[in-house]
Amino acid sequence: MLCGRLVRLTAQEPKELAEAVARWNADSEWWRLLSTEPSNLFSAKKIAEWFEKDQEKEPPPGYFFCMRSLEDDHLIGFIGLDGDIYAHGEAFVGIGIGERDFWSKGYGTDAMQVILRYAFCELNLRRVALTTFEYNPRAVRSYEKAGFMHEGRAREYLWREGRHWDLIFMGILREEWSARDTG
Amino acid sequence: MNNNLLRGELVRLTAENPEVMAANFTRWNQDTGWLRFLDTQPPLMPSEKKWKEWLEKDMERASLDNFFFAIRTTESDTLIGFIGLFDLFMQHGDTLVAIALGERQYWGKGYGTDAMRIMLRYAFSELNLRRAGLIVFDYNPRAIRSYEKAGFVHEGRIREVIHRDGKRYDFLYMGILREEWLANGNMTS
Amino acid sequence: MSIDTQLFEGKLIRLAPIDHEKDPEVESRWTHDLTLSRALSRKPAMPQSVVQIKKKYEAIEKEVEEAKNIFHFTIRSKEDGRLLGYIRIEGIEWNHGTGSLKLAIGDPAERGKGFGSEALQCMLQFAFNELNLHRMSAVVGEDTPGALRFFVKHGFVEEVRRRKALLRDGQVWDSIHLGILQREWLDLSKERVDHE
Repeated sequence: MLCGRLVRLTAQEPKELAEAVARWNADSEWWRLLSTEPSNLFSAKKIAEWFEKDQEKEPPPGYFFCMRSLEDDHLIGFIGLDGDIYAHGEAFVGIGIGERDFWSKGYGTDAMQVILRYAFCELNLRRVALTTFEYNPRAVRSYEKAGFMHEGRAREYLWREGRHWDLIFMGILREEWSARDTG
Repeated sequence: MNNNLLRGELVRLTAENPEVMAANFTRWNQDTGWLRFLDTQPPLMPSEKKWKEWLEKDMERASLDNFFFAIRTTESDTLIGFIGLFDLFMQHGDTLVAIALGERQYWGKGYGTDAMRIMLRYAFSELNLRRAGLIVFDYNPRAIRSYEKAGFVHEGRIREVIHRDGKRYDFLYMGILREEWLANGNMTS
Repeated sequence: MSIDTQLFEGKLIRLAPIDHEKDPEVESRWTHDLTLSRALSRKPAMPQSVVQIKKKYEAIEKEVEEAKNIFHFTIRSKEDGRLLGYIRIEGIEWNHGTGSLKLAIGDPAERGKGFGSEALQCMLQFAFNELNLHRMSAVVGEDTPGALRFFVKHGFVEEVRRRKALLRDGQVWDSIHLGILQREWLDLSKERVDHE
């Protein structure tokens, strides 16, 4: 269920993931592709505390995984679903590949396909949504490949490097995913 | 020896219970024009309950680095504002002063200047400080004139700190040294 | 427009702090109207006791004080000070200059009288001239067409439709995101003044 062609999704070990994230965070381009928050540097200890606190919450705030390459089990990033999931059956997906060597090689699209299967078959969700940034065309292409449809843009939402950028919304409905999966 | 240290011609400085100040702050805070003359923070409008909590916490702290008073008119004992010393460094003998009159009908009539004179007398003859400073915003000319009248001297400006209504404004720093205050004929003994 | 201006005063309403004594009972009554709860949140609609509302208000004030990215005000009638609703800006991302707006007039009998419109204009003036934000967002459900009309009337532009995002009473509805930019609001305000 959690294996794709290139990656498998595993549970997050707070310490291990925190160390990797602390390292990846130093790459501010990566941070700015991923997050709206101001680029920042946190210690691995602090990051591990956050992960641990989240894991203690009941009910869990979301479903978060590590991404590991199938070939050599290398920790390359993370992916997860969150939001007020249950009443409406919609979750937001977020993905980050910290290891630059694994960009643009299909790993992200593969992980996305795995998590969509998890969302629709294990969590029985009705739709999965995401937001991404106008200045990240690589991500937009990857999501289009995974089957997400464009749903609109919040205009001039981001302000970085002295100019404004749109926040792009995309979504995939269960029926759209089923059609792709079987077709 | 001056036994009316905290009394002036138009006003006197008093200590008040937290619930009294909390009620006044809550009311004054509705006047956002007043708030914007006083403060750089965007108006939050805390509840009266929250104000009372903060004021009670301040009371418990009882520190040597701030002294706050309410301002009441001598004529009718009406509570019209507050004044105080903060960021007081005892070893340097330096403090900042802040004043605000929440009741608009008392603006421009000398009440603020009178309160400031009392405060400076307290700072220089009771606390024996060496200097007092303040920050005023350049869109508040009424206050600037009042401080000049009380003896404050311009010391500089920090440019374009404030951003409001689409324009930028400066912080003006003013200060008064003990020797200047004495030269203005302020201590009688 | 000058510095010495009443940001929180309208003609009919004013924005005011929470009254911990009087307000909880009123808001608790509103939460028993599940239609209102649904208009305000995706979470399952659930009536709240007076005690729960009291705790919620304390949490709100704590959050406003500590998170520094939320502003919450009550809407009160200028005539008699009664609580009409609340309005808030949340999710402020200071580095981007964005925030999200939420507004509720609790009692259906008080709607359609211009209270919401005045509160919204106060809040937009606050957002654009005091907080210096670049854009404001609002999110409404397709199942509350009145809310959509309200924001569009005030210059918000429909930007995103999360298709079939809401499931209520066995029916699906889109979740609609709207946005208004500072320059758009300034242009509209100038027009409004010119016509007064």
